[in-house]
Amino acid sequence: MHDFAIALPEIFLAVAAMAMLMIGVFQKPGSDMGLVSWLGILSLAVALVLVVTGEGDNVSFAGLFVDDPFARFAKVLILIGSAAAIILSQGFVRREGMNRFEYPVLIMIATLGMLMMVSANDLISLYMGIELQSLPLYVLAAFKRDSTRTTEAGLKYFVLGALSSGMLLYGCSMIYGFTGSTTFGDIANVMQGQEKAGLGLVIGIVFLSAGLAFKVSAVPFHMWTPDVYEGAPSPVTAFFATAPKVAALAMFLRAMLEPFGGMEADWRQIIWLISVLSMLLGAFAAIGQHNIKRLMAYSSIGHVGYALVGLTAATSEGVRGVLVYLTIYLVMNVGTFACILAMRRGDRMVESIDDLRGLGKTHKGMAMALAIFMFSLAGVPPLAGFFGKFYVFMAAINAGLYYLAVIGVLASVVGAFYYLRIIKIMYFDEPTEPLSKPIGMELGVLMAVTAFLTAAFFVVPGVLVNGAAVAAGSLFP
Amino acid sequence: MMYVLITFAPLLGALLAGFFGRSLGDRAAMLITSLLMTLAAVLSWVTLYQVAFGHSPAHVELLSWIKSGDFAVSWALQIDSLTAVMLVVVNTVSCLVHWYSIGYMSHDKAKARFFAYLSLFTFAMLMLVTSDNFVQLYFGWEGVGLASYLLIGFWYHKPSANAAAMKAFIVNRVGDFGFALGIAGIFLVYDSVTFEAVFSATPDYVDHTFMFLGYEVHTLTTICLLLFLGAMGKSAQLPLHTWLPDAMEGPTPVSALIHAATMVTAGVFLVARCSPMFEYAPDALAVVAVIGATTAFFAATVGLVQTDIKRVIAYSTCSQLGYMFFAAGLSAYPVAIFHLFTHAFFKALLFLGAGSVIHAVADEQDMRKMGGLAPHIRKTFFMMWIGSLALAGIGIPGVIGFAGFYSKDLILESAFAAHTSFGEYAFIMGIAAAFMTAFYSWRLLFMTFNGKPRAPRETMAHIHDSPPVMMIPLYVLAVGAVFAGIAFYGPMTGHHWEEFWGEAILILPVHTALEHAHDVPTWVKWLPLVVSVAGIALAWQMYIRNTELPGSFARTHQAIYQFLLNKWYFDELYDWIFVRPAKGLGRIFWKRGDGQVIDGFGPDGISSTVLKLARRASLLQSGYVYHYAFAMLIGVAVLVSFYFYAIGV
Repeated sequence: MHDFAIALPEIFLAVAAMAMLMIGVFQKPGSDMGLVSWLGILSLAVALVLVVTGEGDNVSFAGLFVDDPFARFAKVLILIGSAAAIILSQGFVRREGMNRFEYPVLIMIATLGMLMMVSANDLISLYMGIELQSLPLYVLAAFKRDSTRTTEAGLKYFVLGALSSGMLLYGCSMIYGFTGSTTFGDIANVMQGQEKAGLGLVIGIVFLSAGLAFKVSAVPFHMWTPDVYEGAPSPVTAFFATAPKVAALAMFLRAMLEPFGGMEADWRQIIWLISVLSMLLGAFAAIGQHNIKRLMAYSSIGHVGYALVGLTAATSEGVRGVLVYLTIYLVMNVGTFACILAMRRGDRMVESIDDLRGLGKTHKGMAMALAIFMFSLAGVPPLAGFFGKFYVFMAAINAGLYYLAVIGVLASVVGAFYYLRIIKIMYFDEPTEPLSKPIGMELGVLMAVTAFLTAAFFVVPGVLVNGAAVAAGSLFP
Repeated sequence: MMYVLITFAPLLGALLAGFFGRSLGDRAAMLITSLLMTLAAVLSWVTLYQVAFGHSPAHVELLSWIKSGDFAVSWALQIDSLTAVMLVVVNTVSCLVHWYSIGYMSHDKAKARFFAYLSLFTFAMLMLVTSDNFVQLYFGWEGVGLASYLLIGFWYHKPSANAAAMKAFIVNRVGDFGFALGIAGIFLVYDSVTFEAVFSATPDYVDHTFMFLGYEVHTLTTICLLLFLGAMGKSAQLPLHTWLPDAMEGPTPVSALIHAATMVTAGVFLVARCSPMFEYAPDALAVVAVIGATTAFFAATVGLVQTDIKRVIAYSTCSQLGYMFFAAGLSAYPVAIFHLFTHAFFKALLFLGAGSVIHAVADEQDMRKMGGLAPHIRKTFFMMWIGSLALAGIGIPGVIGFAGFYSKDLILESAFAAHTSFGEYAFIMGIAAAFMTAFYSWRLLFMTFNGKPRAPRETMAHIHDSPPVMMIPLYVLAVGAVFAGIAFYGPMTGHHWEEFWGEAILILPVHTALEHAHDVPTWVKWLPLVVSVAGIALAWQMYIRNTELPGSFARTHQAIYQFLLNKWYFDELYDWIFVRPAKGLGRIFWKRGDGQVIDGFGPDGISSTVLKLARRASLLQSGYVYHYAFAMLIGVAVLVSFYFYAIGV
C-alpha cells in the first residue's frame, strides 16, 4: 500500500490545477483571468500549508518519491516563487494581450512538476518531474504567440530542452547499466565499499550533470538563457528566474549527493568546472548588455555558479549555503523583476538599461528598492546577498577548495561593476523621458516587502540559516 | 584641578572658536579665546610660584591612553619646575599674542579661524611640556608642528605662504623621523616610555652597546642623538634650520608666538627634560654643543645682510637658539632654560614691535623702504630699543642689566668655565655671534627708525602708533625684557639651582660648567659687553654717520656679501642634493611606476581586459540554435575526455 499522504501537496495541486482548467473552460470566452489567478494563488497557499505540516523523512511509491526536510524547504521556496510570479503578471498580461486563463494554470502545472523534481528519489521520477515542469515552461515562453520574438524564444528553449533531456536520459541509462538500479538509495548501496567509480558510471554522471546543468542554466549549457529571458514576456522571465531555478538546483543537489554522495572526488571536477565557468561568464558577459532582462539572464548564470560552489564542497555546510543562497536569490529576483515590470512608458514596456536614467529623481521609492537589490546582488554587506555568498564561500574554504573561493570572489568583484552601473545610471544620469506612474499596487507591495527582507536580513539571519541547516542535514544521513 | 584648567582652557577656546566661530561671531570668538588664555596665563604664574618656589611638584594622571601588552601610555600632567617655567613662558606669551592679534588681525576675514589655530597651538604646546612620557610628548610635538603648518600657511591664497608651510612641515619630518626612532629605541631598550622609569633606569645602561652594521655602538649616545635630531628640526638648528626664515610668511603674531618664544624652544626643553639621559652620553652632549655653537655663529652672519625686518629677527632667533643648545651641550641646562625664559620675553617683544611697524607702514617688510619712522611711532620705537638692548645683553657686570644680559653672559661664562675644547669653541663662536647680534640689531633699528624716510609719501602720511590693544602687550613684554633676568637669575641659575629645579634637571658632578661659571676671570665677564658695544658703534658708523659705507663694502667684497645674502647657499645646496633628485625619482615613479606599470596593468589594464572579454563573451551568443546545441555537446565532450584521461581507459 502506498502512503498517499506524503504526496498530499502534489496531489492537491494536481487536482486544483485541473479544476482551475475546468473553471476557465466554462467561463465566458474572453473573460478576465483574474478569478483563475487568485484561485491559483489560493491553491498554492493551501499547498504551502500542506507542505509545512509534513513531518519526518518518508519514502513512498516504491522508493520513487521522498518527503524530507530538504524537499520541504525547497518546496516552500518554489510555492512562494510561483505565487509571486502570478501576482507579478497581473498588470502585464492585461496590457499585453495575454489575458487568458491558461496562463496561471500552466504556472500551476509547472509548479507541480517542480515539486515532483525536488521530491524525486529515483532517476525515473526525476525525469518525470523535469518533463512535467518543462513542457508548461516551453508553452509559457511562447505564450504571446503573435510575437515572433517570443515564439522564437519558446522554440529555442524547446529544441535545446529536448536535447538536454536526451543527454539526461542517456546518462540515466548508463548509470542504470553500471549499477543495476535507478533508485537513489540502491545506487548508493551499490557504490558503497567500492574504491572508485568505474569509467562508465562516471560518464553516466557526466551526461546526467549536463542535463541538470541545462536546467539550472550553468555554463556551457546556458546558451538558451539570454535569448529566452529576453524573448519571453517579462513576467514569464521573472518566473523562469525564480521558482524553476530553485527547483532545478535543489534537484541537482539531491541527484548528486544522494546516489553519489560517497564518491564526490569523482564528480567534483565537473561541478567545479561548470561553477567556475558560470561565475566568470556571468560576470564578464553581463557587462556588455543593454537590455535589462538579458542582463538579468547573465546575472542568473553567475548566481547559479555561486550556488554550485556549495555543491562542489559536497558537505552539509555547503548544502546549507546553497539553500540560504537560493532563498535570498529568490527574494532579490522577485524584487528586481517587480522593478523591471514597472518599467513602462504609457502602455509600452521598456527594457533598456538607459531607460532607468534619472529614476532616482522621478521614482524615489522604486529607485531605492532597485538600488537595494543591485547592491545585494553585487554582494555588498550588510545586505542579504552578501550573506548568501558568504555561506557558500565559507563552505568552499572549509572543504579546502581555495581556488574556487578565490575565483568566486574575484568574479563577484567584476560582476559588481554592472550592478553598480545601474545604480549610477539611476542616480547620476539626467532623466531623458521619465517612466510612467503609477507602478501598480501589487508591484509596489512586492518591491517593498522584498526590499525590506533584503535589507533587514542581517538582523535575524539565524531563522533562515538554522532552517537551511536542518534541511541540509537530511541529505547527509 | 588648576593644572587641568591650565592645559584644557586653550583647547576649549580652540574648539569653540574653530567649530562655532561662525555662529559666535568674530568678536565673541576672539574674546573667548583671549580670556581663556588669560586665565591660563594667570594660573601658570601661580603654578610657578607653588611648584618651583614652594618645591611641590605634582603629577596628575588623566586617563589611560594606550595599553597593549607591555606598552602602556597615559595622558598625564607632570608639573615640576621645568614644566612650570615652560607653562609661564607659553601661556604668558600666548596670552599677550592673543590680545595683540585682536588689533593686528582686525582687517582679516578669518579671525575665528586664526584664533582657533592659536589656541590649538597653545594646547599642543602645553601637552608637550606637561607630558610625563615620550609618547604624549610626541603628540604635543606633532600638534605644534601641525598648528605651525596651519598658521604659516594661514594666508593660503599666497603661494609663497603655502610653500613655506610645506617646507616647515617637510623639514620637520626629517627631525621627527629621528625623534620617533629615538622613542622606539627607548621602548626597545627600557621597555617603558615614561620619563620616571626611563630616567631612573638610565644609570644601568651606561655601558650598554649594540651591534649595527658590524660596529659596536653606544646605545645611550644613539638614543640621545636621535632625540636631538628631533630637537634640531623643531628648533631650527643646522642643518635643519632652513624652514624658520621662510616661516615668516605667516602673520607676525604667529612668528612671535611660535617661531620665537615657544615652539622653536621645544628642542631645548627636550634636551633639558632628557638631561638624565644626555648626562650619561658625553658624545651626544658634544654634538649638541658643537651644533648649537655653529648655529649661533652661522645665523648671526646671515642676519647681518638681510633686508626683511622679520627675517633679521628670525635669524636672530635661530642664533639665540644656538646659544641655548650649546649651553645645554655643556651641561648647563638651567642656564639654557633661563635663556629660553628671558629670550621669550624680548624676542616676542621684538617680533610684536616689528609687527607694529609693519602694521604702521601698510604691510611693508623691507627695511630699505622704511627709515625715519621714529618721530611718527615713538612708542613702538621705544619698545624696539628695549627689546634690542635685551637681545644684545647690555648691562654692567655685577651691577644691573637687561634680561638678556644675565642669561646670555652666563651662557658665555659657562662655556668658558667648561674648560673643554668644545667649551672653548662655543665661547669663541658665542662672542663672535654676540658682536654680530649687536650689529644687526642696531642696523635694524637705524634702518627702520632713523635717517630719511624711504616709504612712499602717502604711506608716511598715515603712519601712527598701533591701538592700545596692541601696545599694552608690548609694555608687558617690555617689563619682562627688563626685569626677567634680574628677578630669576638667582633662583634659576645661582649656586642653589638644585633647590629650584628639584628632580627635573640632572647634572652629574663631573660636569662643572655651571658650577664654575660664577667664578670666571673678570675679562670674561666684561668681554660680551665690550663686543656688543663695539657692534652698536659699528652699526652707528655704517648706518648713521656714513651711510655710503655698507654699499661700498658690499661692492668691494662681492663674494662674501653674496655668500651671506644667500644664507651660505644652504637652500641651493638642499635643492641640488635632495629636492631635485627626489623630484626626479618621484617623476620616474609617477610616470613609469604608477602611470605605466600600476595603472597600465592595474585599473586601466584590467578594465580594458574586462571590456574586451565582455565583448567576446557577448559574441558567443550568436542566436543560432545549432551553435547552442554545439556548445552543449562540446561541453559534454570536454568533460568526458577529461575523465578518460583522469581515470584511464
